[in-house]
Amino acid sequence: MIAEFGLAALWLAAALAALQLLAGVLGLTARGAELGQIVRPLAVVQGVLTLLSFLALMVLFWQTDLSVKLVAMNSHSAKPLLYKLAGTWGNHEGSMLLWVMVMGLAGSFVALVERRLPEPTMLATLAGQAFVSLGFYAFLLFSSNPFERLNPAAPEGQGLNPLLQDPGLAFHPPTLYIGYVGLSVAFSFAIGALVTREVGPAFARAMRPWVLGSWIFLTLGIVAGSYWAYYELGWGGWWFWDPVENASLMPWLAATALLHSVSVLAARNALRAWTVMLGVVAFSMSMVGTFLVRSGILTSVHAFAVDPERGSFILALLLINIGGALALFGLRAGTVTEGERFALTSREGALVFNNVLLSATLGIVLLGTLYPLLAEALGAQVSVGPPYFNPMSAVFVVPMLVVMGIGPLLRWRRDSLARVRWSVIVPLALMLLTGAAFALKGVAVLPVLGMALAAGLVVASLLPLRGRKLRQVKLPLWGMVVAHFGVAVALFGMACDSAYTTEKLVALREGETVAVGPWQIDLVAIEPVAGPNWTALQATLSARYDGGSAVKLQPQARSFWTPPQQTSESALETRWNGQLYAVLGERAEDGRWQLRLWWKPFVTLIWYGGVLIALGGLLALLGRVASDLRRFIARDKIAYRKSRQGR
Amino acid sequence: MIRVLLLALATLLALPATAQDKLPPAPYAYRQLADPAQEAKAHALMQTLRCLQCQGQSIADSDAPIAGDMRHQVRARIEAGEEPEAIRQQLIESYGDYVSYAPVVNKLTWPLFAIPVLLLVVIALVLRRRLTARSA
Repeated sequence: MIAEFGLAALWLAAALAALQLLAGVLGLTARGAELGQIVRPLAVVQGVLTLLSFLALMVLFWQTDLSVKLVAMNSHSAKPLLYKLAGTWGNHEGSMLLWVMVMGLAGSFVALVERRLPEPTMLATLAGQAFVSLGFYAFLLFSSNPFERLNPAAPEGQGLNPLLQDPGLAFHPPTLYIGYVGLSVAFSFAIGALVTREVGPAFARAMRPWVLGSWIFLTLGIVAGSYWAYYELGWGGWWFWDPVENASLMPWLAATALLHSVSVLAARNALRAWTVMLGVVAFSMSMVGTFLVRSGILTSVHAFAVDPERGSFILALLLINIGGALALFGLRAGTVTEGERFALTSREGALVFNNVLLSATLGIVLLGTLYPLLAEALGAQVSVGPPYFNPMSAVFVVPMLVVMGIGPLLRWRRDSLARVRWSVIVPLALMLLTGAAFALKGVAVLPVLGMALAAGLVVASLLPLRGRKLRQVKLPLWGMVVAHFGVAVALFGMACDSAYTTEKLVALREGETVAVGPWQIDLVAIEPVAGPNWTALQATLSARYDGGSAVKLQPQARSFWTPPQQTSESALETRWNGQLYAVLGERAEDGRWQLRLWWKPFVTLIWYGGVLIALGGLLALLGRVASDLRRFIARDKIAYRKSRQGR
Repeated sequence: MIRVLLLALATLLALPATAQDKLPPAPYAYRQLADPAQEAKAHALMQTLRCLQCQGQSIADSDAPIAGDMRHQVRARIEAGEEPEAIRQQLIESYGDYVSYAPVVNKLTWPLFAIPVLLLVVIALVLRRRLTARSA
């Protein structure tokens, strides 16, 4: 009954999306203007229906209803409740339903709150949103129905991939999806503005909170995903340039560029065509990411669907949406004027530089990610990995980071480097000294560059606050400072990790000791332990930092039985200046135990920096929303007074 | 229940269910070289070689048996004094281009290197146009 309800809600939502598209398009014509009035309510109801449909699936997973094929394939009655619930999106169909729900809710939110734009632009925007949604409804209903029944019901479920049985699963996919799909709103705004030729500051201000919001979630999603890979895969790596990681990095890079160009458009009415273009590109990258991850073209823990039909379906959606948007852009680009002009040495100039370099980095990542697939289609196998991505992206990222330090100090429209030279001299000197110091110690090129830039940026990112009363500094400025500071912090963590990590692979007997960097580590005992759906061998390690008091670490080698799989649970000991990372391996012939141990100085700064970046975004978003609210209230008051005077 | 007990027993005996049908890992799969400089060299090379069994991980980050064997090969040959690039060449000859994460320029992969250069040229041209448009 619940499954049928969920399916019915989904069909109804799809029908409403079709109606929304039709009413939105007709509403733009002179004769259909009245139809336009139902577009907003339609968007709201559609969002509610997708929510109900998603909740229905969640209830089915909660009850472990084994007469539903999806539940039987991906769940198990003995699974902890958290993973039963999170298992709703730990599979292909459920995750696509999550996507559609986020999209539906985003659409209804826009319909409810956005009142700034001229009504025709809103109609075109909501019609665009409906058009994109329709494709995903079709995908879900025709090739990935999550509510399909199983007759007879299965006696027991097949369980969830143990790698996914981690608290991270509860948060990582929803976070990333909100980011991915939030960009669909920016995409629809871009379409709407192109259709009605209303590309200007009002459009930018309407789009900005959505870009900021999506970007915050994307940032958090990437940070969480990176930390998950770090502790779950058990080898201490935090970024592998894996296609699946790149799939989340590409929309982030596009959204970062968009975030900066939308600010230029809002403040200065410049970069109009470019901003619209980036709006299209950002969501296109979300779809490319989904295609890569979900089509089964890559095999990974993320690729639930290894079904060529689904892959072709997503590819078709991708081509229709991106192709359509680019065609519209091509038709209208001529009529969108460039906007206000500005000198190269100016705030806008620095932001253009940043945008161009971010886009180039995006180009490198896209190229390196897609090329092996292209080569495979031609019958050859090529691997593109860190030795390609690291130096290639550094070529673009390093100058970008330098500009990131100087740009915020420049004035809008026209400025000169001579004016800011005394401000940047301190960070510049710090950068050169740090670089020289580490280079003399024999650290490799990229880490030296990283440390030097980080040292310079830590100071440079704070400079915009200089000479201001801190209490009067507006939230968006705080946001920028915090985010840029976060970049410096993360960069320092990355450089430290690659330059100063100590690795020890050892085989120990119980009672034996090993030294890793400043740590002394005893293997105290190895014992079996049992969890709800696994058994494990657990090592108890006693670790002392620099002769200090002992801390206990307990890495495990786990065996799950539904489905049967081995995973290693690493143990981490976090200090302010780094992390000790321990993994238990197998037993060697002679009865000794394999241990993998790492001391990673300042590695945690990578993720703290990432969180700071997201926090900066949040501050900016709060600041923008608060000032929008104030403006609305003021406008309402004026309207109220006028209406009273009129009487 | 019996299965559960058996499994618990198996774990108690430290014989993971999958371990019975495979050979013990090669000596250097999970052991470092004594000379830190050699180990650093070997590690740098291992990070740029692809595990043939898992997706998207280097042999330095993988639990797969084949990755262990390859780590052993790399460490043993570094210890014997071979140069990292020679080892990479040899591995490419036996496993194909796929094994190396560092693509080389050839008639299939040249766009990988040409496109970034093209991007740089385009950026330079765009910026130059803007500069001259201003000063003119």
